[in-house]
Amino acid sequence: MRRFAIALAAAALVDGLIADYPNFRLAYLVRGDLLLARARPLETFGNVVKTVPQERVEGLREEALARLRALRERPTEDLLPRYVLQLNPEQKHALVVDSRRSRLFVYANDGGKPRLVADYYVTLGKNGIEKTREGDQKTPIGVYHVTANLPRKKLTDFYGAGAFPINYPNEWDRRQGRNGHGIWLHGVPSDVYSRPPRASDGCIVLSNPDLVSLGRQLEIGLTPVIIADEVEWSDAPALEAERASLAAALEQWRADWQSRDSERYLAHYSQRFAAPGQDFASWAAHKRKVNGAKAWIKVGLGRVSMLRYPRERDVVVVTFVQDYRSNGLSNAMKKRQYWAKEAGAWKIIYEGPG
Amino acid sequence: MLNLNAPREWLRGGVIVAFAFIVGAAAAARADDLQDAQQLFKSGHAQQALERVNRALAANPREPQARFLKGLIFTEQGKQQEALDIFAKLTQDYPNLPEPYNNLAVIYAGQGQYDKARAALEQSIRTHPSYATAYENLGDVYAKLASQAYGKALQLDSSNAGAQNKLSLVRELVREPTPKPVAAAPVAKEPPAQVAAVAPKAPEKPAADATTEVMQAVNGWAQAWSKQDVDGYLGYYAKDFQTPGGEARDAWEKTRRTRISGAKSIQVGIDSPNVTMHSPEQASVSFRQTYRSDKLNTKSRKTLELVKLDGRWLIREEKAGK
Repeated sequence: MRRFAIALAAAALVDGLIADYPNFRLAYLVRGDLLLARARPLETFGNVVKTVPQERVEGLREEALARLRALRERPTEDLLPRYVLQLNPEQKHALVVDSRRSRLFVYANDGGKPRLVADYYVTLGKNGIEKTREGDQKTPIGVYHVTANLPRKKLTDFYGAGAFPINYPNEWDRRQGRNGHGIWLHGVPSDVYSRPPRASDGCIVLSNPDLVSLGRQLEIGLTPVIIADEVEWSDAPALEAERASLAAALEQWRADWQSRDSERYLAHYSQRFAAPGQDFASWAAHKRKVNGAKAWIKVGLGRVSMLRYPRERDVVVVTFVQDYRSNGLSNAMKKRQYWAKEAGAWKIIYEGPG
Repeated sequence: MLNLNAPREWLRGGVIVAFAFIVGAAAAARADDLQDAQQLFKSGHAQQALERVNRALAANPREPQARFLKGLIFTEQGKQQEALDIFAKLTQDYPNLPEPYNNLAVIYAGQGQYDKARAALEQSIRTHPSYATAYENLGDVYAKLASQAYGKALQLDSSNAGAQNKLSLVRELVREPTPKPVAAAPVAKEPPAQVAAVAPKAPEKPAADATTEVMQAVNGWAQAWSKQDVDGYLGYYAKDFQTPGGEARDAWEKTRRTRISGAKSIQVGIDSPNVTMHSPEQASVSFRQTYRSDKLNTKSRKTLELVKLDGRWLIREEKAGK
């Protein structure tokens, strides 16, 4: 009797869900099961006949599992994604995508520290993650940010409520020889509520209501989008220790640059360093020449953000506004550096405009 | 005294007979029409059957059996709306009969209105919780509704032709045989709370004496059972009663006692009994038994073998089935 009561309650819930979201395919599948269970015992979840294209049923089953898992395995409050070491004051939010969970987590910037405020079911690439090639229908893994807001009226129905492109391939991707383009966060066509977990050409797809509410949090050029395979979790003290050690290295780099001691300054750069069009040797030669010619240098760093790169071993993307003054040249620019831990010390492996 | 009494007796009897004759004659004519109609309908003469039914209904427009048959005839003739109206009206006039709900549901299902079909069948089951046909049909309707839901889940209902082919595939395999109208006319069922009084209460009619006595015993047995009067109930069994499975009498009595007094309530009903006299002291009674308790609801066919011992009819054997 208890089971029967639960089934009735479930039927009422699913009917309500369908009333609210008439295109929610998964809800219909559950409704079908609840009805069929009253006629005969179910053999499986999504008990449709075998002649139906099984990949469609499989997609809905996977969606159900992903949604259930997100409910059952919510990160506890003390857990934070290992990637968000520091946000700059202008970054109101950061997005972290857990590909295995088909879940997008939204973190608010709480005085530089992340605080979970929302999470959404997402659809990713048909062929999974780690995009490397144009047309491989995979979602990239990495640290990105939203670069534009494409409103609904400029898009076909396929993209639903809107789209926010991200900067794939970034400097790191290009350095690894990865190509392709047009990785967006976007909505779904009007005839569906959501899509299966692995169905896009590499984009991150949200239901239209979710995209609309997420869209309110996004700031063009600012909001980080970190896409991980499976999110690594950490806690606040561990994150703070990592942040502090990197912040100390960054400060030492700034001070050493200001000191005009080129060897101390260059000691912050890895042998595998590369900048656009330069390797370590050409970079070192150039810096020795420039720094040596200065009577004084003042470097100020502002709006620093530090985001650990998923999948890479101890690589952090550091972005800041650099206020450079010297006799002869003064400028302020946005800069991006990739820092990597080499033999226990933080070294710069990439530097370029941010 | 004697003289006065006799005509009075005669007069009273005469009135009863006359009344019975008038009612009986009309009822007989109607019953003939109805029986003819049923026969004609069964042999495939729907139109003639309809004429007879209409005649029966002209005599008694509210008669449920005739109306029910008319509904079946219309269903057979493909007059969906007319049939639907008849069954719908029957459910209003006789809300305790499960069959009109069932057939209403079948027509709704035929029109693809599965939600309405479901509601009607659920109502049918609410009136008669053990109505197997309604359960079977309801199962089919649930399967249909499920297949519709699956169709929507898998987007097989889009306007694109390829998808539609796939949709019919889903429906075909999930579909069970379509619900069939109940062919038999409704049997007006006694509320299960009461024990049906089946024997005509006319002990002065000598021809009915033996069967009446037998039925009085059977009704008494059912009443004692319903009242959970275990001693009274056990008192209806002969000393040489053949216990089921040849169990010892003591053990059987003990089980019966626990079962009967263990229930919160029991209601036993006896429907359409049929008495066969094998000898002046031996009889069989077959009937439909409705058993309702807080734990179990069943309907079954049962046959009691009774013997007359010391002027009382007692049960010697109790058999399931006819």
